[in-house]
Amino acid sequence: MRKTLWIVSLLLVASFVLAACGGASTTGGEPVTVVETVIVEVPAEGAVVAPSGYGVTLETVKARGNLICGVNSQVPGFGYIDADGNFSGIDVDYCRALAAAIFGDANKVEFRPVTAAERFTALQSGEIDVLSRNTTWSLVRDTELGGNFTATTFYDGQGMMVPADSGINSLQDLAGGTVCVQTGTTTELNLADVMSSLGIAYTPAVYEDADSTFAAYAEERCDAVTTDKSGLVSRRTVLADPSAHVILDVTMSKEPLGPMVRHGDDQWFDIAQWTVFAMIAGEEFGITSANVDSVRSSATAPEVMRLLGLEGDMGLKLGLNNDWGYNIIKLVGNYEEVYNRSLGPDTPTYIPRGYNSLYTEGGLLYAPPVR
Amino acid sequence: MTQENSILPPLTERFGILRWLRKNLFGSWLDAALTIIGAFIIYWAVTGLLTWAFTVAEWKVVSVNLRLFMVGQYPLQQLWRLWLALGFLMFLTGNSLAIWARRSYVATILLLAFPALLTLLPFGSEPRKWLIILSLTGVIGWGIGWSKPQALGRSVIFGWILSLPMFLLLTRGFTPEGGTMPIVGTNLWGGLLLTFLLTVVGILFSFPLGVFLALGRRSELPIIRLASVIYIELVRGVPLITIFFMAQLMLPLFLPPNWTVDRILRAMVAVTLFSAAYLAENVRGGLQAIPKGQFEAAHALGLNGAQTMVYIILPQALRLIIPILVGQFIAVFKDTALVAIVGLFDLVGIAKTVLAQPDFLGLQREVYVFISLIYWVLSYGMSYLSQQLEVKLGVGNR
Amino acid sequence: MQESAKQKATIPFWRDERILNILGQVVFIIGLLFIGSLIYQNMKAGLARQGISLSLNFLKGISGFDIAETLLPYSRTSSYWRAFQIGLLNTLSVSIVGVIASTVFGVILGVARLSTSFLINRLAAFYLELIRNLSLLVFLIFWYLGVFLKLPRVKEAVIWPGSIFLTNRGVGIPWGLPTDSYQTFRLILIVGLILAVGVFFLFQSYSKRTGRAPLTTLWTLLTFVIVGVVGWFILPEKPLTFDAPVIEGLNMTGGKVLSPEFMALTSGLVLYTSAFIGEVVRSGILSVSKGQVEASRALGLNGFQTLRLIVFPQALRVIIPPLTSQYLNLIKNSSLAIAVGYPDLFYISNAIQNQSGRAVEMFSLVMITYLMFSLITSVFMNWYNRRIKLVER
Repeated sequence: MRKTLWIVSLLLVASFVLAACGGASTTGGEPVTVVETVIVEVPAEGAVVAPSGYGVTLETVKARGNLICGVNSQVPGFGYIDADGNFSGIDVDYCRALAAAIFGDANKVEFRPVTAAERFTALQSGEIDVLSRNTTWSLVRDTELGGNFTATTFYDGQGMMVPADSGINSLQDLAGGTVCVQTGTTTELNLADVMSSLGIAYTPAVYEDADSTFAAYAEERCDAVTTDKSGLVSRRTVLADPSAHVILDVTMSKEPLGPMVRHGDDQWFDIAQWTVFAMIAGEEFGITSANVDSVRSSATAPEVMRLLGLEGDMGLKLGLNNDWGYNIIKLVGNYEEVYNRSLGPDTPTYIPRGYNSLYTEGGLLYAPPVR
Repeated sequence: MTQENSILPPLTERFGILRWLRKNLFGSWLDAALTIIGAFIIYWAVTGLLTWAFTVAEWKVVSVNLRLFMVGQYPLQQLWRLWLALGFLMFLTGNSLAIWARRSYVATILLLAFPALLTLLPFGSEPRKWLIILSLTGVIGWGIGWSKPQALGRSVIFGWILSLPMFLLLTRGFTPEGGTMPIVGTNLWGGLLLTFLLTVVGILFSFPLGVFLALGRRSELPIIRLASVIYIELVRGVPLITIFFMAQLMLPLFLPPNWTVDRILRAMVAVTLFSAAYLAENVRGGLQAIPKGQFEAAHALGLNGAQTMVYIILPQALRLIIPILVGQFIAVFKDTALVAIVGLFDLVGIAKTVLAQPDFLGLQREVYVFISLIYWVLSYGMSYLSQQLEVKLGVGNR
Repeated sequence: MQESAKQKATIPFWRDERILNILGQVVFIIGLLFIGSLIYQNMKAGLARQGISLSLNFLKGISGFDIAETLLPYSRTSSYWRAFQIGLLNTLSVSIVGVIASTVFGVILGVARLSTSFLINRLAAFYLELIRNLSLLVFLIFWYLGVFLKLPRVKEAVIWPGSIFLTNRGVGIPWGLPTDSYQTFRLILIVGLILAVGVFFLFQSYSKRTGRAPLTTLWTLLTFVIVGVVGWFILPEKPLTFDAPVIEGLNMTGGKVLSPEFMALTSGLVLYTSAFIGEVVRSGILSVSKGQVEASRALGLNGFQTLRLIVFPQALRVIIPPLTSQYLNLIKNSSLAIAVGYPDLFYISNAIQNQSGRAVEMFSLVMITYLMFSLITSVFMNWYNRRIKLVER
């Protein structure tokens, strides 16, 4: 009997070590929690890498052979799974551009849908290399949540959508009403801020994901639904009768959306940032995926030559090949092409360029010089 | 069996339909009132349901998205691998039924005909063809098993042991892009396939862990006992959803930087750890039911502690609790639905994405009724089959 | 250590079970501590990289979000801690309503399952089989999206007799509004309560003295009700005025509006749990041997008396332990509120965790709270179980 117990205890040790109690943690002090450190699936070559420092992320990505990009799967136009099961949207195309810059192959990217709640943890823990999931640039996220925003890919503002026949024309008309909103977002906080500063009493109906939020709105659980205006536009297209809903002419907050990388790897930050700038610069110089080859062969303007890797070794300075900019534009397209593919006039999710035009056309897009 | 047949059943009162009605439906005033109320409820529910199902409901959302419900985003051109794996399972099932459950005709017919029955659902011609093949494979397996029950026993057990790794290997693939079996990332696994894998992996791995925990809880070593008790009570005291959230949100924090664990694997680990605590309590119940004499007799025969456990106690205890284990299996099957809340595309998760399709807005009733039906048929089927087999095999009682 | 073991047992220490046992446990502890510390180090390093240290001080911070259903005063400037309390209260209210309703419904089902009426019997059996094989999550979502959100819009509300409004914004029911005399009425109620307790003990001692079994519970309740009703009518002004809901503007106002989230969660939980309780009750009643019933009938007790005095007390002993675990399941399952958007403990904690980024602290807090729930329920039910246990010789 004793011996059994001894053997059992030994096996217990083994089993605890192997699979053990990820169950719970105690009062706070020292967690008794044990996790299967042994059977963990480690990215084959990446194995255990030192805490992210300069250049580590690029190395890991190259060794792995693909880029892992945290995206949304529920917002048409930004990150969405289309009927054929492919990811599409401008956030998704950004990931493809980044993969093109690194590998010269826009398909070497794995899309990982992350929820609003888990996105920052996923980025911090290295589960994803870059977060491109309509995430608003804010101070807390830039600091406390352990990330760095690279550049703004879409200037947005929070809006409010109501049924057209509801007679609601302003936020004041919503007094006593119910507003659907998604949890874990800046939207939720902005809503509370704006409504309390205007002194409007309302009831929130808060949901875990975008699908539930808009499903509840479609069932008229609430009088209005709020999220970024771009989200409202794209979501309106998938409502039963899009014309029966209007977006109020109020902007409740600034929502600059853009890709985010984790703290500590400046090289990776630079690559992620200049991928955005290359796309914007491409539009500025009129280089498209269609004409990039002819432009390259006949280029004389130094700025264009530097962007397309004919002069100045710009790519090497980023830790990439010199044709990084060429690859981005050739394989994915410039900003305008990417925008029009997902949000242009020919798409159901059409959003006028507005602030998201080049600075030369009165917008806010302004790429620093490639030099 | 034959003996029983030779004894005639006692004479029973025979009565006509009116007498039966009188006895069972209108035995007393109270019964009569209840019967009328019951009849009204049945009438109301059945007519309401039928009217809705045949005139109001738009079942197109189900027929169009049937593949999504079954396998999620699993690539179309790789589906044959899943069919192959299922065929292997069917063959084994047929084999096993013929070897160990020769007399369970009901269970045999139900199990072997199940795929063929599924052709009644609005599948395309391709899946229908596969389903028929599945049924045929099962029948062939049954035939082979029937003809050579003795010779095959061992290899069938071996086959069952191999089946899960094989299923996982076929589902995931092993050659790089372009090979015959390109790797299908777990992010594409979904629907019933994912639910099924989570359940099976959860139960299989939680079983040894549960047995160890149960033994640990009965151990004479204080620290082992304490650790087991703490683990079991902690896990049983918190909702499953918190464990899923822990696995998805907090696990990355506990690992060294840049270590990642696949999301599906995390969910599998969470199911395993959760179910192990409940299983441990069931096993403990079984262990407690073994009389002390068994331990003493084993000792008297010169078996040491481990031998006593492995050869004498555990076989009896586990046999005793097989019905409870089936119940646990069904519970885990139903509980895996919670992974939809942490963003995995299991049956429920897929249902949510289907409902977000512009063509099928507002059809929540149809979709969730369909999903409920899948859960119901499979859960009820499992418990019904296990009851059938338990009676025939005499498990659950000594 | 080794020396003494050798001398005592005359077997080498590596085969001495006593030492091996201790050694095994030491290795086990060291293993646990090692893994624990590894995890702790990782976590600390991870948090340090983000510049966060573990502490509960963040709970004092301003939450910044609004909550739909609050039983305590709350606004966006309230603290995270207050938000947590609101979640806790919401979970409690769902649990209490759920436990009571599912017990009542479950007992009815259990008895119906044993009914001599064939139809009722089959109907109950069908219901039990139907519910027990469904996934609770799907069931809840169905109730929310498929039933309560499909109710008519506010403007087209269905009004049931008694001013019950059915809309997809919630179910409005009349609710009492306290008037000036409410304070006095509350005093009267307290007096009624004291009287009722007095009656309870009086009947108990009577029962002990004479051996008769009066309807103690009935009379106790009756005392309370009578005092309440008398108090209601002797007061010059009615202590409560009934406020029926009306449709005003965008929503219902007045009365009490039960949100679709609350309704879906509780009705789903109750219908689900009661199926399990029904099965528990049925097996409990069946566990009372038939001889007991026959004997009590032979003693001249009628059907109701047999059920109340003979069958039920005995069945209760079998019922209580599994009933306890059903209650615990209900409380734990209420965390699925997150699927229907009802702000319960888990839901709000998740929101706090999202906004503050304090995953470790919040999850610890949530788990401890649920453990406390489980512990308190078990302790209470164990106490009750001991009280009704058969006194064995």
